[in-house]
Amino acid sequence: MKVLDVHELCVQFSGHYILHDITCGVDEGEFLAVVGPNGAGKTTFLKAILGLVKPASGTLLVHGKTPEEMDPQWLGYVPQVKTLDRSFPALAIELVVSGIRRGWPGKIKARERETALKALEAVDAAGLANRALNSLSGGELQRVYLACSTVRKPRLLVMDEPATGIDIVAQKTLYQILDDYRKDNKLTVVMVTHDWGVAHHHATEVLVINREMIAFGLPNDVLTNEVLARAYGHAGHSMTNGLE
Amino acid sequence: MFDILTYPFMQYAMIAGVLVGFLASYYGVFVVQRGLSFLGDGLAHAAFGGVALGILLSVQPLWFAVPFTVIVAAGITWVRNRTHLGSDTVIGIFFALSMALGVVFLYLKTGYSVDAFNYLFGSILAVTPTDIVVIAIVVAVTLMTIPLWGRWSYATFDREMGMVDRLPVIADDYLISVLIAVTVVVSVKVVGIVLVAAFLVIPAATGRLAARTFASMTWYSIAIGILTALIGLLASFRLNLPSGATIVLTQGLVFVTAMLLTQIALTKRGKRVEAAPTPSEPIP
Repeated sequence: MKVLDVHELCVQFSGHYILHDITCGVDEGEFLAVVGPNGAGKTTFLKAILGLVKPASGTLLVHGKTPEEMDPQWLGYVPQVKTLDRSFPALAIELVVSGIRRGWPGKIKARERETALKALEAVDAAGLANRALNSLSGGELQRVYLACSTVRKPRLLVMDEPATGIDIVAQKTLYQILDDYRKDNKLTVVMVTHDWGVAHHHATEVLVINREMIAFGLPNDVLTNEVLARAYGHAGHSMTNGLE
Repeated sequence: MFDILTYPFMQYAMIAGVLVGFLASYYGVFVVQRGLSFLGDGLAHAAFGGVALGILLSVQPLWFAVPFTVIVAAGITWVRNRTHLGSDTVIGIFFALSMALGVVFLYLKTGYSVDAFNYLFGSILAVTPTDIVVIAIVVAVTLMTIPLWGRWSYATFDREMGMVDRLPVIADDYLISVLIAVTVVVSVKVVGIVLVAAFLVIPAATGRLAARTFASMTWYSIAIGILTALIGLLASFRLNLPSGATIVLTQGLVFVTAMLLTQIALTKRGKRVEAAPTPSEPIP
């Protein structure tokens, strides 16, 4: 059974198709990158997986269950760091424990602390445990979010543009950590990104969309000039420079 | 000094002050962190509409103020969730409509109303045993919702993460709004419509200055809410000043002190960092 199985998925808002006829599937341990121009419906696709928007037609199944039916613990979600409310008083370890509890912790139990510290250690962030969230850099924060979403041992990790707002060095560290973690734990990842280079180097499958499905398959097959020109609507200079 | 506590009216005021101080400062942490500081003002003015209707019909104003304010709170939450309008805009609309209704109701009531004045500015002498019972019921309900603190706080931190985790975020929005509305209405007798919003905002904001975690912010806020209510009430009696205003001024004093102390601590920490040699510099 596929971890994520999407068949002819359509999403509508106010009578307009935001997503039309998307079909793709991801097996355990695979890394799906979803790419497309701004307004292509990438975030809507992610929200459909998260159960935040309902499909107008078609199916979207995670381990054979619809988002409404599945156990929320199956999903790990890493939002964009820019969405963090920096006025909220919180320590990094509290965010990770919230991933275990599905609620904000008051007093942290010894066992929860131990589990949370292990999750932080796995993403090379054990030293950040007692730091205030609002004092962390974008890269540090992204690793803490990653620990928060992996601490519950999800079946599917969903990431929304994880590189937004973090510098290039932190991005490389994050993707390296993510690759190692995914391989060690056979974690399945779906990531929305506008960075074709990242999709090419880290993903095992790529879905290119622009309101409708442009292509789905292996990075080398999908990230071609022809496909990207179709997605981005013009065929000028080589769009895959540096990828091949 | 404490001989005044032998007066029954002062005992009622102190009990009411402590209970209201607890309620407002507990919900205040959600108000402040959800960016709803204006909600307290909006609901207080909605309460004015309800109070005025009670006065017009010569019925105990609280019986009208509670449902009136709850309906307005639910209305604000409904419009906020259904439109793209900002919270401040939605609250501003309901605020003005309730106030306008209140003015019309009072105008229709012939003769001068002392009651309206008491509700606008709060009156310590006006607190009755019935008021205390009503406030105590709200406190009991609040204590029953304490297990929901973690869920509410999680959605306060990140609403979308709460929704992804299938928490009843929207139902909780309504519940919190309604509980805040009831808190505002029962606090009005002690603090007055004009100043009740400060009860929701100042203790929580002061707690935020001192706290590193949301749990400690909640505790600090409750402690500040209760203590300032007690100190403010005693001071208002001693100095013969209006109770609500004196409590709010006490809260303001605590806030300014906390602000100064935090700034001093930050400056000291900054100096320590400056004074510490960087690893590349030779250490003498």
